[in-house]
Amino acid sequence: MGVKICVCVKTNPDLQMVRIKNREPVLEAVPYKVGDLEKNALEAAIVLRDAAGEGAVVAVTVAEGDRKIGETMKEALALGADEAVIVSDPALAASDQGGIALALAKALEKSGPYDLILFGEGSSDGYSGQVPGRVAELLGLSEIGYARRLTAAGAGVQAERSMGDIVEVLEAPFPVAATVVSEINEPRTPTLMNIMKAKSKPVAQYGLADLGLDAAAVAPRRTVVSNLAEEQDRKHVMLEGDAAQQAAALVDALVNEGLLGR
Amino acid sequence: MAGLLVFSEHRDTALELVSQGREFAGALGVGLSAAALGAESAAWAADLGAHGAARVFVSDDPAFDGLPIDVLATALAQIVAQADASIVLLGSTRRGRELAGRLAQRLDAACVSDVNSLTLDGDRLVAGRYNLGGATIQQEVLETPVKVFAVMPKTFAAGEPANGAVEIVPAALTLTPSPVKLVERKPKEGAPVNLDAAERIVGIGRGLGKREDVSLGEQLAAALKAELACTKSLADFQWLPEERIVGLSGAKTKPDLYLAVGVSGQIQHTVGISGARVIAALRAALADPAT
Repeated sequence: MGVKICVCVKTNPDLQMVRIKNREPVLEAVPYKVGDLEKNALEAAIVLRDAAGEGAVVAVTVAEGDRKIGETMKEALALGADEAVIVSDPALAASDQGGIALALAKALEKSGPYDLILFGEGSSDGYSGQVPGRVAELLGLSEIGYARRLTAAGAGVQAERSMGDIVEVLEAPFPVAATVVSEINEPRTPTLMNIMKAKSKPVAQYGLADLGLDAAAVAPRRTVVSNLAEEQDRKHVMLEGDAAQQAAALVDALVNEGLLGR
Repeated sequence: MAGLLVFSEHRDTALELVSQGREFAGALGVGLSAAALGAESAAWAADLGAHGAARVFVSDDPAFDGLPIDVLATALAQIVAQADASIVLLGSTRRGRELAGRLAQRLDAACVSDVNSLTLDGDRLVAGRYNLGGATIQQEVLETPVKVFAVMPKTFAAGEPANGAVEIVPAALTLTPSPVKLVERKPKEGAPVNLDAAERIVGIGRGLGKREDVSLGEQLAAALKAELACTKSLADFQWLPEERIVGLSGAKTKPDLYLAVGVSGQIQHTVGISGARVIAALRAALADPAT
């Protein structure tokens, strides 16, 4: 009997490509990609699956709106997931963490059951970290947050995590949910072979109605009042010359700012 | 509108939140309660009262040992009902941030985590937090009957303790032990780092190129009597421990001088230095004649 692992994946705008214009973020034409921490979660899932000898890794995503999510999820399949589940519906575009978590939980019930449900500890863009706890609560599962090491332990997992000034080692039986931090591993780079294989892996597509939900169930329950870049007023002094000249100029500048004494 | 409830497993953060909670409760004309859960925090229930909580719900039930998230969420949902609270203020520590989503779901509430500003606009609380990896600040208002805010430590200052009447309420809770078992709990190795309070910081990034060059950063920091900090990607390489990360997923610093070396200046790092008086940056190429 193998281990069945679900990795919940959020696809994010590529933050390197987001421009700010008049303090407003410009998201048009910005490509979406699998979130960084989700790649760590996928890697952790693949390692656990392979250690168990058999099993499956299913990458599940809730597309916030009507984007080309299929292409982005090919990345998750190329990294080593066995199957993908995509929930998409125009009503999800305006949803909040509560709505996304509800759709995700329903998709996990429909495609599961799973022994282990993995998340990144936060998404690359919003980084609220709310969705894992909400999904675990909806599914009645216990959870382990911020795993920086995750190994099989009997019919369950053992995790190590850092919680500020202490380190904890936790164990939980399956089924359980967990989130990972980036320290946990170095995600693999898809090989050309795996990119080709990804094209033939199964992808299930659900709309809200397939999950017994409607637009009202995922309607946002928060109002975004504004979303603007911070204003910063800096001097922007560029020091010129070779390394020695610049070093001397920097020391002078710091002395003038009262930051260094002679 | 009913009352406010404050909980953080972190003492200083709990005191900051009750201090500010008292202001909000006063302006809204509602009561302020706090929860002290687990043997450790039960010991500072009276401090929560001295900083403004009119009622403190206390429990040192053994189910709180290790502070499992599912048990905390179950307990707080019951206390929210007992306190008739409609606004829950949590500390956005790692544990508090994990708790926030779970508790919000239990309460069928909307939630904002990592809140770094929280202000009253009439009778609405407006919460600010970073979005898009730190590129923007999003201001949000929650629309559910019960609202959960997880507020970053040090967002508010703890007030002076006062002698007031505080009602200590032994919380009547129905709890089930968590399936998650704490196997080991140990203090982190190495000297504690306090980047929040540092007056000078040398921050190093991937531009250093090789692990041995971290010692150059250490020497520079020592010469400047500065703390050494780093970007997240440097910590991901495990060249420095995560306590030294500055930025969205690390410390938000406000030194007089932040001297960046080999730091590209991605937004998720620079949000942690926007409070610096002077920022100076060295391109790593300068330090490496080969490039």
